[in-house]
Order: sequence, then structure tokens, then C-alpha cells
Amino acid sequence: MPPEESTNVSSAPSAAHARRRRLSGLIRKEFIQILRDPSSIAIAFLLPVVLLLIFGYGVSLDAEHVPVAVVVEEPSADTASLVSGFQGSRYFEPMMLRDVESAEKALMSRQVLAIIHLRANFSRQFRQPNGAPVQVIVNGTDSNTGRLVLGYVQGVWRNWLERQAIARGQALVMPLEVQQRVWFNSRLSSRDFLVPGLIAIIMTLIGALLTALVMAREWERGTMEALMVTPVTMSEVLVGKLVPYFILGLGGMALSVVMGIWLFGVPLRGSVWLLLIGASLFLLAALGMGLLISTITKNQFVAGQVAIITTFLPAFILSGFIFDIASMPPIVQGITHLLPARYFVALLQTLFLAGNVWSVILPNALALAAFAAFFLGASRRKLRKRLE
Amino acid sequence: MVPPGNLDPSVSEAEAVLEFRAVSRRFIAGGRTVQALDNVSLLVRRGRVTGLIGPDGAGKTTLMRLAVGLLLPDQGRVTTLGFDTVRDSLAVQATVGYMPQRFGLYEDLSVQENLDLYADLQGVPPEARAGRYAELMRMTGLARFTGRLAGRLSGGMKQKLGLACTLVRPPRLLLLDEPTVGVDPVSRRELWQIVYRLVQQEGMTVLLSTAYLDEAERCDEVILMHEGEVLGHGPPQIFREPLRGRTYMVNAPGTSKRAMQARLAAASFVIDALIQGDRVRLVVEAEAPPEPARWFPEIEGLEVQPVPPRLEDGFVAALREKRPQGGARSGTSPTSAIMRTGRGTAEFVIEVKGVKRRFGNFFAVKGVTFQVARGEVFGLLGANGAGKSTTFRMLCGLLPASEGNLRVAGIDLRHAASAARRRIGYMSQRFSLYGHLSVRENLHFFSRAYGLSGKQQRERLDWALGQFELDQMADAPSMDLPLGHKQRLAMACALMHEPEILFLDEPTSGVDPLARREFWRRINSLAEQGVTIMVTTHFMEEAEYCDRLAIMADGEILAIGSPEEIKRLQRTTQCPDPTMEDAFIALIEGKGQPPN
Amino acid sequence: MWQRIHALTIKEFLALLKDKRSRMVVFIPPIIQLLVFGYAATFDLNRIPFAVYDEDRSLTSRDLIARFAGSPNFHRVASISNDSEVNPLIDSKRALMVLHIGRRFSRQLLEAGAGPVQIIVDGRNSNTAAILLGYANTIFAAFNTDWQRQAGEATPSVRLETRAWFNPNLVSRWFIVPGIVGLLTLVVTTLVTALSVAREREQGTFDQLLVTPLRPVELLIGKALPGFIIGFAEATVIILIATLWFGVPLRGGLLTLYVGLFCFLLSTVGMGLMISSLSVTQQQGLLGAFLFLVPSIILSGFATPIANMPYWVQKLTLLNPMSYFLVILRGVFLQGTPFHLLINQFWPMAVIGVVNLTLASLLFRHRLY
Repeated sequence: MPPEESTNVSSAPSAAHARRRRLSGLIRKEFIQILRDPSSIAIAFLLPVVLLLIFGYGVSLDAEHVPVAVVVEEPSADTASLVSGFQGSRYFEPMMLRDVESAEKALMSRQVLAIIHLRANFSRQFRQPNGAPVQVIVNGTDSNTGRLVLGYVQGVWRNWLERQAIARGQALVMPLEVQQRVWFNSRLSSRDFLVPGLIAIIMTLIGALLTALVMAREWERGTMEALMVTPVTMSEVLVGKLVPYFILGLGGMALSVVMGIWLFGVPLRGSVWLLLIGASLFLLAALGMGLLISTITKNQFVAGQVAIITTFLPAFILSGFIFDIASMPPIVQGITHLLPARYFVALLQTLFLAGNVWSVILPNALALAAFAAFFLGASRRKLRKRLE
Repeated sequence: MVPPGNLDPSVSEAEAVLEFRAVSRRFIAGGRTVQALDNVSLLVRRGRVTGLIGPDGAGKTTLMRLAVGLLLPDQGRVTTLGFDTVRDSLAVQATVGYMPQRFGLYEDLSVQENLDLYADLQGVPPEARAGRYAELMRMTGLARFTGRLAGRLSGGMKQKLGLACTLVRPPRLLLLDEPTVGVDPVSRRELWQIVYRLVQQEGMTVLLSTAYLDEAERCDEVILMHEGEVLGHGPPQIFREPLRGRTYMVNAPGTSKRAMQARLAAASFVIDALIQGDRVRLVVEAEAPPEPARWFPEIEGLEVQPVPPRLEDGFVAALREKRPQGGARSGTSPTSAIMRTGRGTAEFVIEVKGVKRRFGNFFAVKGVTFQVARGEVFGLLGANGAGKSTTFRMLCGLLPASEGNLRVAGIDLRHAASAARRRIGYMSQRFSLYGHLSVRENLHFFSRAYGLSGKQQRERLDWALGQFELDQMADAPSMDLPLGHKQRLAMACALMHEPEILFLDEPTSGVDPLARREFWRRINSLAEQGVTIMVTTHFMEEAEYCDRLAIMADGEILAIGSPEEIKRLQRTTQCPDPTMEDAFIALIEGKGQPPN
Repeated sequence: MWQRIHALTIKEFLALLKDKRSRMVVFIPPIIQLLVFGYAATFDLNRIPFAVYDEDRSLTSRDLIARFAGSPNFHRVASISNDSEVNPLIDSKRALMVLHIGRRFSRQLLEAGAGPVQIIVDGRNSNTAAILLGYANTIFAAFNTDWQRQAGEATPSVRLETRAWFNPNLVSRWFIVPGIVGLLTLVVTTLVTALSVAREREQGTFDQLLVTPLRPVELLIGKALPGFIIGFAEATVIILIATLWFGVPLRGGLLTLYVGLFCFLLSTVGMGLMISSLSVTQQQGLLGAFLFLVPSIILSGFATPIANMPYWVQKLTLLNPMSYFLVILRGVFLQGTPFHLLINQFWPMAVIGVVNLTLASLLFRHRLY
């Protein structure tokens, strides 16, 4: 037989009103806490700036001014014209040497990344029908750079052949006249492709870090117990946590996008509204993941560790941000499907560089929505109004 | 005025605000199953203050949490305010007021913001708030501090704010889980005034758990729990009455109070012997021989006076029946081993002269001077934030003094060579142990850290496990130990290297009366062997054990002297025989007023 | 002294290994990450999806297409016959490249000796695009040489003979996997040490340690040793997996490698303890560790070469222990670099380590409260 006073607490007309008041109370509380604790603000606004600067300037795959050793055993007019091709290229910084031994030593100690070796009989063979061989040795330790350097060497070589042909008064005719058209990023600037990916990585980190600690903090400080013995429902607690950090996260996201466009000059070819929707879906997933970690561990320390381990390195390596997912073995490709960051990276790269390509945006946005639903749903299920 | 106890099961439904029917609850901790509540049935009635007492691990917090639906019973039924806590837990939580152990405050929110949050959550309409806030602020005396962050409040103020937050919508049932732990006597007294007013003016029902038995004495009804069972339930006098005629105050001028207490406690018919200033309070068995004057012929000039029993006597007697081993009866000196006594060095082993400590612009300690002689038990008392802990940390060399001189055993530990630190033992407030390490591993580590090895280390390890009754649990991780065991282990760790000076920072906070007695029995015997002991505490009765004590407030020493001297200072016509607590409160309150 | 250090080390290990959760953090993720990242982190492209848009449909055009289809690097996913089909294929990422052979290709090739061919490449991932262009150009060049030889035309007066030392096939796994040794060792030792002091401070046991006769230097060694031992053990396991499982050659001396590892651990343990003694709570320790780890990894040359960074960022990497260790790892693994050539990598790490350890031990006691 419930006592009569309790009825006016939960009577029907005022129930929605009371819920609104509880929610606004929780959200206001969270905002005050964020404002009082500079670390949340730092994570949301300072971290993106710092990370974007470090990443934006630190991560570049474009090799320029590659130090190379040019070994000319017997200088002549012919060798000089070929060498000038290397000296004139912005890709190379040649170091002139006379013997191959010192060049090999320099290659070993990584003072140079490649050796261009013109032998003593270069000028003689040059006049013969088979042509003169130029030996090119690259340091293959960094395979990617090695491959780029080989490509650059070929470019210099081709340019030189053309100039030679023109000097002889004839055009250099190649059987295939290849016309290359690189879409979306014609300069092939790695920054244009890295920065959108970076924004995704940074938001992954921030989303998880922001919320990983907040639920655990309530448990650790004993405030969760006090919250539970009020009419508040656990869904309200969850929403009360989500809304403030969502707004904070969107702020960080906006900051990153603005920096990407203004500081790094990345084009934004798609719609800002699609970007907003995509970012919102992703943030919900990332915050949801943080909340789930926090709810399960109930311990700030463990939550923080789990958040770092499960977000940073996987997002860095498996999201397709630097390493192409298509080249990974099938099992690893399967694993990448478990990372929300993967979908966000694809979404951002397309929105920034290609535009509103629905065939890319739709499936990725759906995947993000599914992740958000999963993480938030799981947090709600795990968050019971009981102390066990 | 205490209403008569009524344990008649046919209490009307309306009378019963909280009802447990054959409730059991188990937990699994560290692979072991703990029966936190075992077939508990009880009734809490409308308009009463019911106190929940019992040693650590008795199941008090579990019972509270079951009552508000934060835990569900494995068996049985819990009905709170007419709601079943399994089916209608949300309805229960919407109607009761519950303050958990750490008050449930957001420390980075201000007093007002905390109140607003809880008013929002509790659905207090905005138009009703102003009046309610004003009332709560008046009641708790926090009106001046509404803008202050909760984290910046003293322990006593936090406790009152926590209470105000649970009262923001007047609940019909108020549950307080150990509301007075770590809170000084003045704040405790104020809390009780608020509780009484709530019951009388608002007709509230209050259930509170406490480790302070003098507080339980003020309840209308008391529930005594032990290992998940209810041992007794009724007004305090039903616990006191069986002991009528069995309690005495013993005095023997010329005999050391510690020696006398040890001698009394060793007698087979003595249940409890407790130092009270210069005297010893004695509780004896019903079958004790007649003629008290002839009990201890070997003590000269022994005066035995009958005194009225207290709730604490009943508590100790009831629990002794349950736990007959150990306690006051084990007469052997716990550290009979190899304690070195004074080497004839300085008379004073601790000297503090004009010591100040500043944090930013705030002086936590403003010029403190005192000395402690070898073999003395010296107590440092004070309200929360009085500067006790800061003084303590400076003495141990953990914190540099901003000004003044500190010498412990003739040296300043802050700059001491590691050999000098061998001479002190330190036991911190929170029984700092390595939680994942077992009891044996903790002891092993600390003895090694103090340079013990080989045979000597093995001997001390065996001594510690035996003396502190830890052998049963030697291989359990220390974090799984009950609080009382943790405290014993922490003390054993601090004593492995037989220090000359022992620093104890609130060594008994949160520990039940039996464990406290045992603890002090060990301290006494250490003191008898010449170990100097420096201790801070919130328990006024513990101050009685000290040879001398200093009472601190706002970073200054208000009074210093033996317990008798301090009590005598506060003797007035209204209060001819003040207790330590009376004296303490009078001193603190006297300080608040302008001097003449 | 050694007895007390020994006790402290044992205690640190027990505290670390008896906690199920920290045990997990130390051992499980590194092994999983090594395996997954070892396979995932590669710049090599294989089976690049490409589409054929052949308007010529001649023998010659089919020969050119066959060279692509037959290459392990390319994988034909579609054939189209209309301009309008190009856009959707590239936009939706179904194909990364479209090979467009114009209607008059074979005729012009036979008549003028040059036939136009167009390739359209998705540039969203510029690195992939660059590598793809490299592969395509190799195929075109081979076609050119063969065609010229068949037609009896003159070959160029200079030809390139290219070789890659240390990694003849330019396999990027050989480049990445040694880097992972450093990466995971860094993460694990930092996480182990960065919280060790902060955790004790939070639980109050650090005060308990400070009142014991343990001297700061003993405390320091006791706290540092577990990081060292775990770092050594973990690095050894990863090195074994790298060589035995991933087949990365280990050409240099083990001694050189382990001297490098020692210096590296000195610096990371120092950094971890420094972070730890600066922080009062574990949360601060964790955040500190994170703020140290992220730039250390990004600015180490693990995935992207330091030489590509702007000048001032390159100067910053001089403070990064990881950047030195990666040079050692790759040098010893692939190049077999001898000890004396790596001395300039050893000493900066040792200096970083000693400075940090000294600061950490000073902070143990003199931290502001």
C-alpha cells in the first residue's frame, strides 16, 4: 500500500516536467564540472590543436631534398650534364664523391639514401649502341622512401634524355604517350590526404578520453551511490553525461576542421552539413565507447589505460589513415571493420577531397550510426541502478 | 524521553516504515563467499531514530543499501515505505533520503550548486526552493558558505551539506551511513541536533549506522549486528540493563594506570577494562566473585566504585560472547620480545619549537611548540582542518616546516640519513598497504626495507603473524582483509623493525570498539616498554589513554596537558565532571568567542 | 643497500603481476598488436583494383592490358565502355585507377610511333596514388622497351640499373616490424613506470616508503628495475617474433642491439618515472604518459621519415629517444650496422635517461604538496 505523498512525485502530468528538470540539472552540473576542471577543456580544445600541429607538420610522406651520393669516377662533359639534372631537381641534394667506397659508407650511416654511380667507362659506353649503364643503389631500409627515390631518379633520367634529344634536334618519342590524371589531389600532396585522417584520429582519442574517465569518477568518488537514490533514471544519467561532452567534442571538431582548412590549406569539397552529421554520428560512437569503458571498469585508472590502448595505436595503424586498408591481409581487414575510426577516416577523406559522394558517405555513416547505437545501448544495459 | 521498546511483531503496517523479512545476502570477494546478511528480520518504526551498530563486516552498509534498493536480497523481502525494493526500487528511491558514506557530494561544485542539483533531481518545484534552502542553511549553519566549493569545506561542513542535499525534498525516511566517521566532536554534536529536530518537527524516521557508541546511546532504538546477524534490537537500555551492578570505576593512586589496566584485564571474570583518565573502568561477568574490594589484593590502595552501565558495556559484553578469544583477556604482553628501552639520551625525544607551515597564503600550522618525553603516549587532537595531520607529516619528515625547529630523537628527519629513519615507525591514516600483496608479502617487504634479514627477519615475521593474529590470513591479499585486520597489519608493518618512536595518524578511524580496545592494549604495552608514541585521533575516549595531549584548532595549540588537567580546566558549576568530549567542545567553542 | 633494492624490486613486481588488470595491460596487448600491426602496417600495394576502358580493342591494347592484369600488383575489377562510367567507379572507391586506351591508340602507335594512353587515379590517399603511379610507370616502361626492341628503334643512350640494398624487394614489412619493437617497448615501459609512483602516492604507501630507511637512489633503482626487466623481456620476445615469424633479417650484432635497447630503456624508464613523480594522481600520470607517447611515436620516424618534416620539427626529434632507437633497430636488423657507427645514437638516449632519472629522484621527496 504505497503512501499517498509519493503520488504527487510521479503523477502523470508532471512526470515529463520532472524528467526535463532532472536532465537539465544533470547537464548543468556536468558543464560546471567541465568548466571547473581545466583538464576536460584542455583535452577538448588544447589537445586537438597540439596534436594537429604535431601531426600536420610531423607526418609527411613527401620526400624532398633527398641526400644522394653521386659518384663520378671520371668526370667529363657527358657526366656533367647528367649530374646537373640531379643538382637541378628539388627532390635531390647531391653530394659529389669520387670513389664508391666512401659513398657506400655514407649509405650505411644513412647520410645519403641513394648512390648514383657513373663508372670510369661511362663516356666511352655512352657513344655505343647499347648505351651506358648508370648504377643506382638505394637504401631499402625505409622501403617507401626507397621506392619514392627510385621514382624520382627515373624522372630525372627521363628529363635528361628528353633534353639530350632536343639538343640533337629531334623529339624523344616514346611508344606510349602516357597522360596521368590524378583526381582529387592533383599535387599528390600527402598533407591533403593526411589532415582529414588526422582529424578522425584526434577525435577518436578525444572522444574516448573525455568520457572514459567521467563515469568512473562518479563511482570512485561515491557520488554515483547518492545519484542512484534519487528519482533519476539511468538513461537520464547517461544522457546527462553525453550531451555536455558531445557539445564539447563538436567544438573540438570544429576547431580541427577550421585549422585544417586555414592552416594546412586542405580543400573542403563536400557539404559542411554532411560533415556535421558525420562528425555527430562519429562522436556519439566515440563518446559511447568511452562511456562503456568507464561503466564497465568503474575505475578511472583502468578506464584510462583501456581507452589509450584501444584507441590510439589501432586508430593510427588500422584506420586507413596512413596504411592502405586494401593492402592488408583479409583477417586484418576484418579487424579494421571493428574500428569506428576506419569509417570516419573514409568519410572525412571523401568529404574533404572528393565531395558529396553518396556511395561512400551512406555506408560509412550507417556504420557509424550502428556503432553509436551499439555503444550507447551497451552502456545503458551495463549501467544498472544497483551496486553489485 | 525515550519511548518504551516494543518488539511485538504485531506492529501495525502504518507504524513500520522499513521492514526486513528473513533477508539474506551474499557476496563473492576474492573467491570466497561472504554472508553479508543472514536471515535478518527487523522493523524500523515511524518517527524514531534507530541506530545501527556492530563491528566491521557486520553488514551495516549492506543493510542500508538493501533498504534503498541499491542491492537486491538473495532471499527474503525488503519493504521500504510500503514499496517492495525489488519491484518498485525507483519508487523507493524517489521517496527516501539516503546519505552514503562519503556524503555523495560533488567536490568541484559549490554548496549552492550541489543543492540545486539535488533539488532538480528530487523534483523540488522552483517556487518551493527558496524557502527550503533558507531553512536548510539555517539548520546546518552553511548560509555563509553557499558560494564555496564543496571540496573546500571541512569534514564537518561536508557532512552537513551532504545531509542538506538529502533533505532538500523532505523524505519520510532518512538513512545515514556512518555520517560521523572522520568528523570532529563539535560537528558530530551539531549533526545530532539536526537529526532530533527533523524527527520532532517534521516527523521523520531516521536510520543511521555509527561506530560511536555514545551516539547510539542517543537513539530511540538500537540494532546490534554481528557477522550479518541481528544480535539485539530495542531501546539502548535493554543493552545496558543486564550489566547493572557489574560496572565499576577503579582507582589506585600510585600505580601506573597502564600496569593497573593490564593487571585488571588479565582477571578471568573481567569482560572489559578501559582507561579513563587516571582511572580504569571495569566491566565484570555476572558470576564475578562478590566483594569488589577483595578482587585485587595485590594492588595497593585500590578503590572500586560502582558506576551506572553504558551502551558500550553492553556492546562489548555481547560481542565478547561471540568472539571469546583475544581481547582484554589475553594478558600476555604483545611485544614482550626485544624492545630496547631508552639509551639515556635526551629526556625529550620529540621537540617542536615555533613550527609554522604555510600553503600559499594559508597557514595550516601557525607556530606550534611542544615536547614529548621518552616512553610517553602523546595525543594530538583537534577538529578537521586544525593542522594535526600537517604537524604530523612535518614530524615524520614528509613535509618541510616553513619556519621553526623540529627534532625527533635529536635529529630533523627531513634531512636525516637513512639510519635515523630506522628509529621511527609510521602508520598512516588509511592503513597504507600494498593491496595486491598478501599479508606475508607486505610484512616481508617492510621488514626488508628496514634492513632486516635472515634469522632476525624470520623471527619478526613469525612474531608479527602470531601477535597480530594474522596467521590465518597470511596468504590473503591485504586488500581483501576486513578493516580491523588491515589496521593490525599496518601496525605490524610499522613495528617490524622495533622502532623507538611510533607515529600513528588516526589509527582507529572507522574501526569498531573491540578492535580499538585491542589496538590500545598493544599500544599500552609498547609504552610500558619505553616506546614513545605520538597519535592523532577523533575519538575522545582514546584521548583518555594518552599521558599527555595537545588540542589544536586553526593551526594553534589551545591546550596541552594530561587528560585530567585538560578536563579540570573546563570544570564549571553546570558541568562539575566534564567528559573529554565536553572539555574538547568547550575549548573549541571558547576559541570561537572573542577573548574577554 | 642491494638487499633493500632487491626487496623493493620484488615488491614492485608482485604489485604489478598480482593485479590481473595490470598483468593484462603489460602482456596481452603488445603481442596482439605486434601480430596485427605487423601485417597491417604496410605501404606495399597488392591487387590494386583497376578498371579497363578500352576503346581501341586491338591486339596492342590487349597486350598492354594483359601486362597490368598479369601483374600481382593489379587486379582488374571492371571493364567499361563509356565515359560516364568513370566517375562513379572512382568516386565510390571501387577502382583506384582507370586505364583508358583511346580509339586511335594502335593506329597512332603504328603510324607515328606514339599512341596516347590515359590513366585516371584516385588521389585521396596521395601515398597510395604515388606508389600506384610508380607501378604503372614500370609496366609502361617495360612495354616501351619491348616495343622499341621489336621495332628495331634505338635505345636511349643511358640506361638505369637500379638495386636496393638491405631490402632488395623493398618490402615495407621489413621496415615497419623492427619499428614495432621500439613502439611496443616504449608503450609498455612508459605505462608501467609512469603510474608506479603516482599510484603509491594516491594509495598513501609512498609516504610509508619515504619514512623507511630507503635512500632516494635505492628507491629510484627499485622503481626503475621492473621497467627495465619487463622492457628487456618484452623486447626480446618481439625481436624473436620479428625474425622467426615475420622473417625480418637480423644482420647486425646482438650486442649492439642490446646496448641500444639498454640506452633506450634508460631514457623511457627515466621519462616514465619523471612523469610519475610529477603527478599526484594516477589520472595525471596517465595523461602525462599519453602526452609523452603520442608525440614520441609520431615524431620518431616510425611511419613517416623524419627527413620529410619541417626543420624545426626535425630539431624537436632530437629530444625524442624513440627516434634514436629506431635508427639503431633498423640499422642493426637490416643494414647490419656495426657498433661504432651507432655511437651517436647511444649517447643522446643515455643522457636523456640520466637527466630524467636524476630529476625523478629529486622530485620523489621535494615535490610540492
